[in-house]
Amino acid sequence: MRTTTLDQTRAPIYEALENFRKQRVVPFDVPGHKRGRGNPELTEFLGQQCVSVDVNSMKPLDNLCHPISVIKEAEQLAADAFGAAHAFLMVGGTTSAVQSMVLTACKRGDEIILPRNVHRSVINALVLCGAVPVYVNPEVDHRLGISLGMKLEQVERAIKEHPNAVAVLVNNPTYYGICSDLRGIVKLAHEHGMLCLADEAHGTHFYFGKDLPVSAMEAGADMASVSMHKSGGSLTQSSFLLAGPNIHEGYVRQIINLTQTTSGSYLLMSSLDISRRNLALRGEKIFEQVKEIAEYARNEINSIGGYYAFGPELINGDSIYDFDPIKLSVHTLDIGLAGIEVYDLLRDDYDIQIEFGDIGNILAYLSIGDRAQEVERLVTALADIRRRFKGDKNGLMSQEYIPPEVVKSPQEAFYSKKVSKPIMETEGMVCSEFVMCYPPGIPILAPGEKITADILRYIQYAKEKGCSMTGPEDPEIEYLNVLVES
Amino acid sequence: MDLWFSEAHTPDVKLSIRIEKQLFSKTSDYQRIDVFESREFGRILSLDGNIMLTERDEFIYNEMIVHVPMAVHKGIKKVLVIGAGDGGVVKELTRYNRIKHIDLVEMDPLVVEACREYIPANACRLDDDRVHIHFGNALKFMRHCENEYDLIIVDSNDPYGPSEGLFTKEFYGNCHAALKEDGIMVNQQGSPFYKQDADAMQRSHKHIAGTFPISRVYQAHIPTYAAGYWLFGFASKKYHPIDDLDAAAWEDLHLRTRYYTTRLHKGAFYLPAFLEDMLKEVE
Repeated sequence: MRTTTLDQTRAPIYEALENFRKQRVVPFDVPGHKRGRGNPELTEFLGQQCVSVDVNSMKPLDNLCHPISVIKEAEQLAADAFGAAHAFLMVGGTTSAVQSMVLTACKRGDEIILPRNVHRSVINALVLCGAVPVYVNPEVDHRLGISLGMKLEQVERAIKEHPNAVAVLVNNPTYYGICSDLRGIVKLAHEHGMLCLADEAHGTHFYFGKDLPVSAMEAGADMASVSMHKSGGSLTQSSFLLAGPNIHEGYVRQIINLTQTTSGSYLLMSSLDISRRNLALRGEKIFEQVKEIAEYARNEINSIGGYYAFGPELINGDSIYDFDPIKLSVHTLDIGLAGIEVYDLLRDDYDIQIEFGDIGNILAYLSIGDRAQEVERLVTALADIRRRFKGDKNGLMSQEYIPPEVVKSPQEAFYSKKVSKPIMETEGMVCSEFVMCYPPGIPILAPGEKITADILRYIQYAKEKGCSMTGPEDPEIEYLNVLVES
Repeated sequence: MDLWFSEAHTPDVKLSIRIEKQLFSKTSDYQRIDVFESREFGRILSLDGNIMLTERDEFIYNEMIVHVPMAVHKGIKKVLVIGAGDGGVVKELTRYNRIKHIDLVEMDPLVVEACREYIPANACRLDDDRVHIHFGNALKFMRHCENEYDLIIVDSNDPYGPSEGLFTKEFYGNCHAALKEDGIMVNQQGSPFYKQDADAMQRSHKHIAGTFPISRVYQAHIPTYAAGYWLFGFASKKYHPIDDLDAAAWEDLHLRTRYYTTRLHKGAFYLPAFLEDMLKEVE
């Protein structure tokens, strides 16, 4: 583990809240529930302890928009723990971190190089700022039907073809745990005067575990968005934005303040503070245990027969440069069920909620809170599902990556004149909104992309199999907004 | 000295027993294990503060979980017992000469150790040649068992602790697969009286009824369990618990029991109206 220079046993926001509680300050400020007294039902539900620290910014507790005391110290401790020059506490989810990162790097008309299998928050940021995506089509594993990382030579080609691009964005790792050669990409980007940004929504543990893929800050990336609330154990919606030494801290703060609440939640901020302390002090041991559980689960699932729980054996030195061993993804098509069908069975019949199921795979999220006994339940339920439903895979579609045809920039398409059409009549038109399965939230269509027969077939199939589709204005996804021909 | 053990049956109801002394207290990897000596109930085994057995009323539980299936299926030779590290179920099973092999899967070795030392009346047959003790997770033990057992007895703790996995659909599915085509599964099914217990009982009955063609519930009165009122599940691929009872054959074995009789066997399956309704609701 990295050596830190500050005292990582400290948790300044948490300590300030504890002091504040002891002082029994009389509140004539917001929030109006006044330590829960004004909302007894909420207090009963969440607990007195919780509502008593749901407080507003004030001198002893600092202010998230302009940190000068305890929040600033907490950010310095986080930067130290993650090996970053600066760290920013984020209370709008990793979505807000990703958006701030993209908005810091790009302005209207700038090109940004990125893989197409990014989270919607990245393309949302392009809608907001008017930057233009240059997509690198990821490699695809045809057996598993999953998108892989970006090959170094593909990134290099994109950089040569778009020498004025301002940044390269990398998933580190993808939802399935696949990593590109981040050090190599950082080197290429910097050689060509571009920034390297990393979406590390699924990579918090890279900073603390042993023998895990390289983290963005260690690889020399300029900014990274880290979902502390995923593998790091903080509360949902809390996250870190990290910056390297070449990024101007004050400018990032201004960008964050464009869209961030001025009433940052102390529940979220204290959860970041306490979780950072926990990982800095105990992260190495914790993730060693999670890794063992994941390896055990993979072996057990692979011994059932039919399922393929894939792991680091996929590493090929390029499009799968590295693999995150704590991800537990399972390919299900060979037992005759789509991933989404297994996902639904696990929840409806077995009371087991996993992270997501798509066309060919499921992903069970393992973290700091998992124990062996729940893993036994998951493995046993998978064995029981196979016993009950085993069939052949005929008629099951394998997921394929469909290369997008970008006709207009996301911002231009989103704000253009558009018309709503029945979805099956939209082939050949240009979409002005997102369509995606959530989770994982990777767009099938993004604003400005051409709608093809393949894409429509895929959307229909995903709907039939029970994927939760989101994005379009029409919640039933019967209609799509398309650009009016000019 | 006035020393009392209390177990909360609900947040508003508790059962208290005066304790003479504490004989054992250790925390294993899974739970806290205590053995107490009491005047009224003799020795008491408690796991995480819940009474598992007392010397005074264990016979009711162990006789009802063992003799009911044994009096129905005359071909039972190979038995799987899950939980039951105290040895009480095994003690009853080993009274049958026709049983040739018993696998006992207990998660926690310390339970067996404590009972061998402090509750020998229950643990006395754990060294029988037919008994094979396996320490580990039952779900894992069973994952690859198919068509192996004539009888599975699930003697679990309550469903909110380390035993939670033994009340799930995946577990009952595994039991179904591990049983032969005429096999029977009997499980402790909790109590239908207090709301939280009743909800868990309904959930597990729903899973069992969805897995086995025959699924019936029977009852017994056990003073130290919640509400003193306890249920067992009888799930089977072929035999009906009353229609296939061969009372004469069981009487011929001349096993002396203190609770179980073949008359009570039938009566135990006649349930109060509220319970019939609760079961029907999830079937």
